[in-house]
Amino acid sequence: MVDKNKTGIMFDRRLVQGFDWGLLALTLLLLGIGLVALYSAVYSAKFDVPAGNSALIMKQIIAMGTGLGMVIIILFFDYRQLDKWSFVIYFITLCLLIYVLYHGRVVAGSRRWIVLGVIRFQPSEIAKLAVIIVLGHYYSRVITDQGLSFKDLIIPLILTGLPCLFVLKQPDLGTSALIFLNASAMTWFVKVKKRTLMVIIGILLICLPLGWFSLKDYQKDRIISFMDPSRDPLGSGYHVIQSKIAIGSGKMFGKGFLQGTQNDLAFLPEQHTDFIFSVLAEEWGFVGSITLILTYLMLILWILYIANTSKDVFSKIVSVGICAMIFFQVVINIGMVMGLMPVVGVTLPLISYGGSSIVTSLIGIGIVLNISMRRYMFDV
Amino acid sequence: MNNNYIKTIDNDYYRQRLSGPLIVILLSFAILSTRLFYLQIIEGDSYYTKSENNCIRLQRIPPERGLIFDQNGILLVDNRPSFDLEIIPQDAKPYKHVLPTLSKFLQEPKKKLHDRLKKARGSAAYRPVIMKRDVSREVLAKIESNLYDLPGVQIRVTPRRHYVHRTAVHLIGYLGEINKKELRTKDIKTYRQGDYIGKYGIEKDYETYLRGVQGGRQVEVDVNGRVLKVHVKEKPKPGNNLFLTIDANLQKKVEQLLENKSAAVVAMDPNTGMILAFASKPDFDPNIFVDGMTRQQWNQLITDYQKPLHNKVLQGEYPPGSTYKIVTAMAGLEEKVVSLNEKIECHGYYRLGNRTYRCWKKYGHGWMNLVDAIRESCDVYFYQLGLQIGVDRLAKYAFKCGLGKKTGSGMDLERKGLIPTSKWKLLRTGEPWQKGETLSIAIGQGFNLVTPMQMVCLIAAVANGGTLYQPQFIKSIQTVGGKDLFVATPRKNGRLPANQKTIQLIQKGLWEVVNKQGGTAFWHARDKEIEICGKTGTAQVISLEKREEEENQSTDKSRYEDHAWFVAYAPSVEARIAVAVLIEHGGHGSSAAAPIAKEVIKSYLGKDK
Repeated sequence: MVDKNKTGIMFDRRLVQGFDWGLLALTLLLLGIGLVALYSAVYSAKFDVPAGNSALIMKQIIAMGTGLGMVIIILFFDYRQLDKWSFVIYFITLCLLIYVLYHGRVVAGSRRWIVLGVIRFQPSEIAKLAVIIVLGHYYSRVITDQGLSFKDLIIPLILTGLPCLFVLKQPDLGTSALIFLNASAMTWFVKVKKRTLMVIIGILLICLPLGWFSLKDYQKDRIISFMDPSRDPLGSGYHVIQSKIAIGSGKMFGKGFLQGTQNDLAFLPEQHTDFIFSVLAEEWGFVGSITLILTYLMLILWILYIANTSKDVFSKIVSVGICAMIFFQVVINIGMVMGLMPVVGVTLPLISYGGSSIVTSLIGIGIVLNISMRRYMFDV
Repeated sequence: MNNNYIKTIDNDYYRQRLSGPLIVILLSFAILSTRLFYLQIIEGDSYYTKSENNCIRLQRIPPERGLIFDQNGILLVDNRPSFDLEIIPQDAKPYKHVLPTLSKFLQEPKKKLHDRLKKARGSAAYRPVIMKRDVSREVLAKIESNLYDLPGVQIRVTPRRHYVHRTAVHLIGYLGEINKKELRTKDIKTYRQGDYIGKYGIEKDYETYLRGVQGGRQVEVDVNGRVLKVHVKEKPKPGNNLFLTIDANLQKKVEQLLENKSAAVVAMDPNTGMILAFASKPDFDPNIFVDGMTRQQWNQLITDYQKPLHNKVLQGEYPPGSTYKIVTAMAGLEEKVVSLNEKIECHGYYRLGNRTYRCWKKYGHGWMNLVDAIRESCDVYFYQLGLQIGVDRLAKYAFKCGLGKKTGSGMDLERKGLIPTSKWKLLRTGEPWQKGETLSIAIGQGFNLVTPMQMVCLIAAVANGGTLYQPQFIKSIQTVGGKDLFVATPRKNGRLPANQKTIQLIQKGLWEVVNKQGGTAFWHARDKEIEICGKTGTAQVISLEKREEEENQSTDKSRYEDHAWFVAYAPSVEARIAVAVLIEHGGHGSSAAAPIAKEVIKSYLGKDK
């Protein structure tokens, strides 16, 4: 192995040759679609629009710039640095999560934001990445083709459980569930012994009903209306109906740019964040929507391909984690606006409005780009 | 390079591990695409018509806010129907026609109506905008008969808060329209712009109990906004009813007694800590906060020097005057600085260094023991007692008596008062404590500050034999169905730092204040049937010398008058009521405050004939 590979790498010919232009192009394409959709969501051909809305677009562009800047910075470092510093990153994230519980800014009843002058972000978004990295670090050291035993799973359970609990406390059920889903997907990839898996499933099957009966009535109600929006006709149930009308009314070719009406009348809640897909589907129809879905599919498969071709275990596991992160968000968000999933506050990666979400997705893609770029750097 | 990067397992193994995720991904995307196809191609036409009409709307039904009663179930706060006029911008077209007609009926300038619509711009066009709340019956009749000429205009009946009696307003508080800051921190599902929210007092502190849960219905409307069909309806859930510990009759009596005064009275059940009466005067009409007030009304409220918005029971901090001698006496007995039979002679003044401290009685009280000194409120006796106890030991007792800290009433506007220590003064002014200041402290002048609420807790504790109770305002909280959600039980806040013997001695002194010749309240608070015990206090607003100077210049002498205190309980054995009375600039505690306390006690103990 050559020593200079560790630093000063931008000058290495192999790195430039290995750069994954395809992945970058897909990412930029999605960011572009996101800006168009955001413009639709905040401007209207028929109605007056408050001046504050153009600030939303400016903020989104700044977030994209910040995220892309992060990607470039990440590319300068060897991704194995992440492996080395994984526990430090994880620990800092935990501290931020605890800090936000006490000093975070409350928005709409949840304490999610840390505000530092002009910079404001949600540490729960960073937690998604931190858990992926720390699990990558841990699993890459215990992995065997025999599968993991029960004992091997205790530490990952704690590593995932802590941030999940803190995020749940904010409360942010959606993000907490996402962190757990990402960790589960990574664990599945690493392989768990058949017997251990059976035991875990068994325990869950026993615990779930027990837990259910120990809940208070109002807690049950909350979970039921969460799983089944039609039980909450004045809240999420109503939003899903309006969202379905918006999507369905787009038909084959859509109503055209800025011609959407459901959005104009503010039938859709948070149309620039969680329900952005509905705005897009109404204006661009089936053709536009399916193009977007296929673009996401390509992006996700591309990352999976990088996991397949990368040369070391850590990078494989982390790539699978980032792949899972984007996959789950896309499926849950689009499923939710089409009435297939419970309504949770999950954003559409790279498209939904929101700085923390955009930057996190871009950092994730930056890490994958880094892995992809360096896969030919080691002698096998 | 680290060892873990060396392949330990064959690459084909990982490829095989990735096949599972690959299948899941492809399957999920197939489901999404199918669903999209179903919504947009198969059901597309039907959704398209629905979106053209914007036909499915959500109408919110506000909940009935919980009612507030006194301890015996007398209604204090009610809701009444209010007829609100609303416009749905999407249906109210053309504006050009609707607005002028409307402005004629409402007799409000067109521009004002236009501004209200403009303010709501940016929110949903199908969401009603309130044009005028609480429309009068005559106007209502005119509008209703012309409703067909006013597309998009609707009248909605909503419950509106109504304060039946102008009573205990500082305790009950009031509602107001929710502001931006409150909207940001509250759950968006329960609060919307234009909603009312508790702003002050119990209305604010018990908001979550009182509010109730909003209902609503999903309706299908035609092109003109008329409801064709109700899809789903969810009834609003009314808020819970509160029963206060206040006795409405006693409260009314108290407020009558305080007419035209700037004063605070609080009465407590000394055996439970339940507040029986809570009055701060002057007060205000809480209905104007709900119904809207003129600028002039508001200015009057905030510029009045007697501060009607100020909650004098909890926020008012006053020097305790001679009522503080209870604490000094307690500290003296407990620290064994003084015993019962030890006598001190009062010549009418006490000399410390080269300064002379006067007793309120110019020619002195003569020889006094502790009980005598309490009875006649002899300053010289307590000067010497205080001097021997010292400022810091005295402060320790004051803290343990519940002074200098919040009583635990739970109201966030409550103030702590101030109990000075030598350390406090050094930190505050950088100067060491002077012995002369201890003299002032011992008789309740100087830096000391207490609230009427703290004093009633203290006197109640003396009455019941030493238990400090946390003051409570809520007797119970009930659902509309009558199920109890909360029933108050006494909460102890600790004990007075005194043994039974000490407390009995103080009780004896307090009894003599009212019931023995020479007692400071003998002429003003004695009752033939009820044995009242109490202590007068006269808190100097400014020092005596300064006062004489300023009184000559000032025209409005009343602002330099002393504050009058009287703390009392009755009957003397097994007390059932404790009262603290403070009359701002009332003059002497004996003549200004004691008679009021007497009337309050008589009224409560049912011998008011």
